[in-house]
Amino acid sequence: MSDQARARIEELVTNHKVMLFMKGSKQIPACGFSNAVVQILKKEAVPFEAFNILADPEVRQGLKEYSSWPTYPQLYIGGKFVGGCDIVTELHQSGELAKELALAGIK
Amino acid sequence: MPSPDSLRSRLLAAFPNAQVDVTDLTGTQDHFQAVVIASAFDGKSRIEQHKLVYAALGELMNGDIHALALTTRAPDPDVR
Repeated sequence: MSDQARARIEELVTNHKVMLFMKGSKQIPACGFSNAVVQILKKEAVPFEAFNILADPEVRQGLKEYSSWPTYPQLYIGGKFVGGCDIVTELHQSGELAKELALAGIK
Repeated sequence: MPSPDSLRSRLLAAFPNAQVDVTDLTGTQDHFQAVVIASAFDGKSRIEQHKLVYAALGELMNGDIHALALTTRAPDPDVR
């Protein structure tokens, strides 16, 4: 990963408390897994920023390395990698996601 | 394209004695669902557990597998 890609990713996860890297946009998700996480964050009723990795090859490749995670979507809360669709779904259902959001000062 | 059986073999090679179920969700051998219950996951966070599975699948995650719905956990201590 280039220094520039790393710097851009760090800026995104630092500047936005709830940062979702996804395929497509919040309004028009391009993948069912990305859409699932958008719907969960809407249910949690928290503001979140979404980044369309399909439109940015540098972040798309760089973030896989940065997170050590091969797939999208990827959710960051308070600068920390939380997981992909399956983990976020489990955390939402168990109530742990709400706790993570509270810990980060969002809920 | 990998078959569910080839994914299952690969996961069993990485996690001996694990319970592994792999389903081809679309019939196109690129969208899969996997359930892996392995003692290697004991004491590990969900993120760490999923990373172990991705590592076991290696290069398949970078091309042949387009989507993998993943459920992981350590075996229930009561029935181990």
